[in-house]
Amino acid sequence: MAEKKIVDGRGSFCPGPLMELIVALKSSQIGDELEVLSTDKGSANDIPEWVRKVGHEYISTTEDGGVWHITIRKSK
Amino acid sequence: MKILIVGGGMGGTILANNLARRLTNELKSGKTIITMLSASDKHMYQPGLLYLAVGRITPDELYRDQASLLEPGIKFHVDPVEEFKLDNNQVKTKSGKIFDYDIMAIATGSRMFPEGIPGMVEGAETFYTEETALKMFKRLQSFEGGKVVITVGVPHKCPMAPLEITFMLHDYFKDRGMADKVQLHYTYPIGRVHSLENVAKWAAPEMDKLGIKYDTFFNIKEVDAKNKLLKSEEGAEIKYDLLVTIPTHKGMEVLEKNGLGQNGWLPTNRTKLNLEGRDNVFVLGDTTNIPISKAGSTAHFEADTLGENIAAMVKMGLPVREYDGKVFCFIEAGKDRATYAMFDYQNPPDPKAPTKAVHWFKMAYNKLYWISARGLL
Repeated sequence: MAEKKIVDGRGSFCPGPLMELIVALKSSQIGDELEVLSTDKGSANDIPEWVRKVGHEYISTTEDGGVWHITIRKSK
Repeated sequence: MKILIVGGGMGGTILANNLARRLTNELKSGKTIITMLSASDKHMYQPGLLYLAVGRITPDELYRDQASLLEPGIKFHVDPVEEFKLDNNQVKTKSGKIFDYDIMAIATGSRMFPEGIPGMVEGAETFYTEETALKMFKRLQSFEGGKVVITVGVPHKCPMAPLEITFMLHDYFKDRGMADKVQLHYTYPIGRVHSLENVAKWAAPEMDKLGIKYDTFFNIKEVDAKNKLLKSEEGAEIKYDLLVTIPTHKGMEVLEKNGLGQNGWLPTNRTKLNLEGRDNVFVLGDTTNIPISKAGSTAHFEADTLGENIAAMVKMGLPVREYDGKVFCFIEAGKDRATYAMFDYQNPPDPKAPTKAVHWFKMAYNKLYWISARGLL
């Protein structure tokens, strides 16, 4: 059964939220939904770009109080 | 009060020494006992492995006797923990002994895990252990030219290592008069050449200037060692003559076996540094799952915070400060120039152009480390 996971990359400049997502995807199953939390607005571009390039599903991006929530689904 | 420190690397050693100095009277009176359990009687200066891989230091320079680095009064045992019994405030060691604690700090570090990528062990050189760094140096010495590909797994220890080894390899081949025979080809998992945007803005033009080719969005899928072909998750393929990897890392197996954290990374509060759900167990260094650099300086600054807090807990019953996410990393930009990146949870780094002065300060720090480990710097 698919899970929903939070990847908390707030305050992470290095390795950064995208790297945290890449690590989290390794231990996820196809169909799992991952919501990345980031305080770096660059994540709103970096993460969807990478997700599309690799072939996962990009779902949404929202911003709330300086925290970006970027949700994706593992597809392969 | 029994304080148990599990792990004798940089974080554990600085913490033990910091506590021993803050709790001198308590140690003398016997009211407090500090015990360290480690897997080795030697302490390795891990950043030195980078220099060993390009023949700039020898293996003996990496080590000191662990006992010689510890303040008097710290009880040191070479007897690694095999079982954590958190509900009983106890650990069981390899020798079968039981150690009780009132407060425990876990600082067992991380280990490279190239086995996670098919073909990586057979196909690539790396430098994260003495054995592999020496093997890599021997391979470099016999290399007669061709394409050298640098590839990066995640997560990995030392976020600057991918850039540092690339620039150092450039100077290594230049010094051997082989610059025109070697093409360096750097790859990186995300859409720029380093996770830190300001570092990437500095490093990419440096690579352009030195003729180093780079590909971004390159996550290693497998290595076809027979055909010398590197394949990425994104579908790219690169032929190589020599492959150098910054391998994927994991936390220590014993932590995973004890069910303390997936892949050996322990769920850790990012400011209090306690193991989630436990008020008397703390975690520092590579062992945490905090989304910051797995670097010696991270362990150092976390140890400083925990030294103050645990001493305050002994004396006053509560901690006094929070960890702010501070990290400081030198960045070697070749054999004789360096810069640095300093940042925390709130403030990104702003690295300056590399200078010889920073490189020589790094060279001095390679020796000063042994003072740092004693908690004096």
